[in-house]
Amino acid sequence: MSDETKKPVDGHASPANPDNQIGLRRQAADAEHAAKIAGDIPPRPAPDQPIAPSHRRKGRHGVGLKETPSTGHDWDGITEYDNPMPRWWLWTFYVTIVWALGYVVAYPAIPLVSQATQGLLGTNSRTEVAAEIDRFDQANAPVKAALVEADLDRIPSDPQLMSYATNAGGALYRTWCAQCHGAGAAGGPGYPNLLDDSWLWGGSLEDIHLTLRHGIRDPLDAETRYSEMPRFGADGLLERPQILAVAEHVRSLSGLPHDAARAAEGAAVYADNCSACHMDDGSGDRNQGAPALNDQIWLYGSEPSTLVRIISEGPYGVMPAWSARLSEADIRSLAVYVHGLGGGE
Amino acid sequence: MAILEKHKILEKNATLLLIFSFLVVTIGGIVQITPLFYLENTIEKVEGVRPYTPLELTGRDIYVREGCYTCHSQMIRPMRDEVERYGHYSLAAESMYDHPFQWGSKRTGPDLARVGGRYSDEWHIDHLRDPRSVVPESIMPSYGFLLNRVIGPEHIAERLRTDRTVGVPYDQAMLQNAVADFRTQADAFGDLAALQSRYPGAQVRNFDRQPQLTEMDALIAYLQVLGTMVDFSTFEPDPNR
Repeated sequence: MSDETKKPVDGHASPANPDNQIGLRRQAADAEHAAKIAGDIPPRPAPDQPIAPSHRRKGRHGVGLKETPSTGHDWDGITEYDNPMPRWWLWTFYVTIVWALGYVVAYPAIPLVSQATQGLLGTNSRTEVAAEIDRFDQANAPVKAALVEADLDRIPSDPQLMSYATNAGGALYRTWCAQCHGAGAAGGPGYPNLLDDSWLWGGSLEDIHLTLRHGIRDPLDAETRYSEMPRFGADGLLERPQILAVAEHVRSLSGLPHDAARAAEGAAVYADNCSACHMDDGSGDRNQGAPALNDQIWLYGSEPSTLVRIISEGPYGVMPAWSARLSEADIRSLAVYVHGLGGGE
Repeated sequence: MAILEKHKILEKNATLLLIFSFLVVTIGGIVQITPLFYLENTIEKVEGVRPYTPLELTGRDIYVREGCYTCHSQMIRPMRDEVERYGHYSLAAESMYDHPFQWGSKRTGPDLARVGGRYSDEWHIDHLRDPRSVVPESIMPSYGFLLNRVIGPEHIAERLRTDRTVGVPYDQAMLQNAVADFRTQADAFGDLAALQSRYPGAQVRNFDRQPQLTEMDALIAYLQVLGTMVDFSTFEPDPNR
């Protein structure tokens, strides 16, 4: 109707003008509907008796015309084609059925009496992961063996071992150590900084290796590094004023601002209670994991309130032993990596 | 086809369709679930797995209550990357006393199946109180309030009995001593030997470093036992599973 060429020359009000036909048809349909409601026109056949198929569609390749059957469903004059399902869809469906049959034969599937059928391919996630891990272990086996056999102190001078150990150690560090010591190894309150040259238990390769193997105060490792600072306040070993005084003395050891009178008072308390581990001059003792108190590096903080809390409640830092989780080659790699972070001795 | 004509009867009758759909789902369910109850290789026998101690079980209830499972799974799959990161892949036996199991289906945080012994108690306290203080990029909520919630063993015997009804082998001695065991595990001066004879390998210490027994004690006791029951230095996985 919108086709310009078909437009007749009749005036715009003429019923012959196609533009006017729409309104006329609507009027006719309304009239028919009204008549139907009034019962003048007999109802259409019941849905289950298919009306004569009257829909036509093009056959394949546009050749000829084919009847499309109706489902017989009819809603207010709208009938439903009973078109076949698309062939691509149907064939995909058949292929999935065939695929499933093959899958059941090839992979573990049907439960029998003691176990399920194992499948012809013999796939098994356990052997697969074992083989996958083994593949990488095999690839690294020579260098790992060399790493384990080498003298710890010699590793840094062997470029090949050093290259492997720092890379492997870095990956291991990010997996197992970064949660406490930080992604950049700078530590945090209670978790030692590994970048500086202040070590609680020693910073030689040998010392780091031992710490990694057996941990610090690990309740599950019999050979763990162990020491325990008394809880001077919580267990009533020192009075509150004594603790406040000794905290001032500790600050004086590293030249931090402090109350000189109190620090002098605390010096006596320090000599009696602290110097056995932290030494008279506060230089600490690595055999006992006692930190140096005369430098600017603080494990928990140098605030007077932090010092008072630590002296009162006692620090009890725990590092897990890694010998149960990591291989000797891995632990050596980690030791080399940590040793090379900056403070290695 | 005749059978398709008969199928029409189902398609046109809602009640029949419902009944037959239910039958089909039932058959599918039976085929998938029933074999798990009798197949010998569903849960391999593994040495070392024991029921949770009363305190660990309480911690587990807190873990479930706080919805930890919505972000943390407890299931290390047999894949190289997971085994390298978390440890040996999980065994069915390791969660056989879990009701319900905590395998989870989503990892916003890391897997926790072998978190036991991986961190110190202090780390757990710091991390639960303020996750960002130790892991700056963490998006985990804070659970510091656990330190202030004091708990007691009032209902622990009933709790153990409940688990026993669903198959956890708590024996009479465990039920009778539930209250004592609950207190002993967080008390360095308790009857350690008796607790460990009932629950081999149970770790005993003051987990939250506070004098009173809190939910933090229970939760850390639970976290520290996760994945530690099986000794993988002696365990030989059966490849036929």
